[in-house]
Amino acid sequence: MAAVVDQNSPLRIAGREFRSRLIMGTGKFASGEQMAAALTASGAELVTVALRRADLTGGKDKFANILTFLDPKQYLLLPNTSGARTAEEACRLARLGREATGSAWLKLEIHPDPRYLLPDPIETMKAAEILVKDGFTVLPYINADPVLAKRLADAGCATVMPLGSPIGSARGLETRASLAIIIEQATVPVVVDAGLGAPSHAAAAMEMGADAVLINTAVAVAADPVRMAEAFKLAVAAGRTAFEIGLAPQHREADATSPLTGFLNQ
Amino acid sequence: MSFVATFNSLPATELCRYAQNATAVDVETALGRPSLESFAALISPSADLEQLAKLAHATTLRHFGKVIRFYAPLYLSNECINICRYCGFSRDNPILRVTLTPEQVAAEARYLRTEGFRHILLVAGEHPHFVSNNFLRDCVAQLRPEWPSIALEVGPLETEDYRPIVDAGAEGLVIYQETYNREVYAAMHASGPKMNFDWRLETPERAYQAGFKRLGIGALLGLADWRSEAIAVAAHIQYLLKHCWRAQITVSVPRMRPAASEFQPLTQVTDRELVQFVCALRLTFPEVGIALSTRETATLRDGLIPLGVTMISAGSHTEPGGYTGQGRADLHLTKAGRRIESEGEHATVQFEIADNRSPAQVASKLNMMGYEPVWKDWDISLNG
Repeated sequence: MAAVVDQNSPLRIAGREFRSRLIMGTGKFASGEQMAAALTASGAELVTVALRRADLTGGKDKFANILTFLDPKQYLLLPNTSGARTAEEACRLARLGREATGSAWLKLEIHPDPRYLLPDPIETMKAAEILVKDGFTVLPYINADPVLAKRLADAGCATVMPLGSPIGSARGLETRASLAIIIEQATVPVVVDAGLGAPSHAAAAMEMGADAVLINTAVAVAADPVRMAEAFKLAVAAGRTAFEIGLAPQHREADATSPLTGFLNQ
Repeated sequence: MSFVATFNSLPATELCRYAQNATAVDVETALGRPSLESFAALISPSADLEQLAKLAHATTLRHFGKVIRFYAPLYLSNECINICRYCGFSRDNPILRVTLTPEQVAAEARYLRTEGFRHILLVAGEHPHFVSNNFLRDCVAQLRPEWPSIALEVGPLETEDYRPIVDAGAEGLVIYQETYNREVYAAMHASGPKMNFDWRLETPERAYQAGFKRLGIGALLGLADWRSEAIAVAAHIQYLLKHCWRAQITVSVPRMRPAASEFQPLTQVTDRELVQFVCALRLTFPEVGIALSTRETATLRDGLIPLGVTMISAGSHTEPGGYTGQGRADLHLTKAGRRIESEGEHATVQFEIADNRSPAQVASKLNMMGYEPVWKDWDISLNG
């Protein structure tokens, strides 16, 4: 198994190469230790962390210590702006986060609606333009909107991160038709983010040609987060392998394995 | 159209009757169909509480994960201009009163920081002289540099009067209607601006207009029939989710506790009924925050947490100066708005708490239960 997936091509974002195509979130875990163990098992090299849970004053607050569980040698930190409801709030938080974490990579998320946490396309576009100019490597979380994805790529974003379904909903690829258009038209990597509740959802996204997926809730709230992280790792790698090889086309009817016109060659 | 109009046109009698008479089949149908009617079925005596609890736990886990946010109440003042029959701070109670200065508030807050808290709830009685708008603004401004999240639970204000407080750094506003039953409300609130039921009911909307990002509501359980209160709370949540869609809505289920008023609850809510209320809220509103204070015992709190609670307080004091003794030199009685000198050890509490564990003890218990205590889950840079 390992030998097969090792032949998968690496993920490239903003000039950096990653062996793993699984990006992990760090929220909702029962403890910092459990989170660290699950991240290791996932094989992820890129992990996102909510800046609002970290101490951004430089004071190393032991009551806001999520960053201490994330070894910067093991992971590239992808701070996120969860909680921001406007471009202004996101930009302010991003700059403080860059100071505090030393990472200029940013998962830009602006969801003014705390109920479904759906991203605001207008504020996200505004913030992306500002932050790209400000030197950030911007990975914006968006609804599966193909035109917005093109606009953000044109503005210099490093990826686009369309959602499969609302955050934490575990409903899988409800936006499949739009995701297919985004992937088809993409000039930057497409990371399917949010709503992937089962390894099969992640594998399906990869089979469609997504460049990577981001998983959080499905691992964090699993009865055994470490084993679930590994299950996602295998699913993502398998889905990618299948995509690279090319899946057999699907048919409505059975396809005879003995050709019906073979007699013509006899 | 404000919530008052929606509230007035609720089919309250029918919903309350349904909450009493729904059948087990109605409950089964109600699951997974969020509406006021289904909420009424979920709080009915026919509901299988164990089934509700299992579903509520799974829903909470999916939406909020294995984390519980901590907050601490800090009482600024126990002066009050209202007469509320059930409240320890009621104007006619001869209790030891004090209003802390913003500097004394900061000293109390520093203590809470050493305990771990990074989310604070400033609480005060309603008194335009002692607890003025400028005083509230100054307290918030004093705390802003050290506190990522500041919320208030104070007497209702005009939208325009909230704005400077939001600008100073406040993020959340908590306001309990106490009771949604107009007749009981009128009987309980004998004097003062709190007599105005509609003005209080519209407070979350004014707070939202002023820029608050978190709105907390609830009914004080023990005044009117709990099922009718629960239905009104659910209707209020439903309204706020639609109309104040940028705000995080949180709800509390405070049960009446012993206080200086020596008031006896008019209605009873059993532990079992309280649990059912929490489960029904979680199942009807999967994304809404549920706050649980130290009004409840350790056993009940530990049991309720997995069923829907998202934020808790711990080690709370319900009197100004309760954490560090600030303001002790200034304790007095207040009569007809005038100070009468008096002495004492500490100001009188609003109500007695029922869970006396320290924040560290509660946090350690949460760890044992498989939950991460989250002390900081907001940042001041997110405040406009």
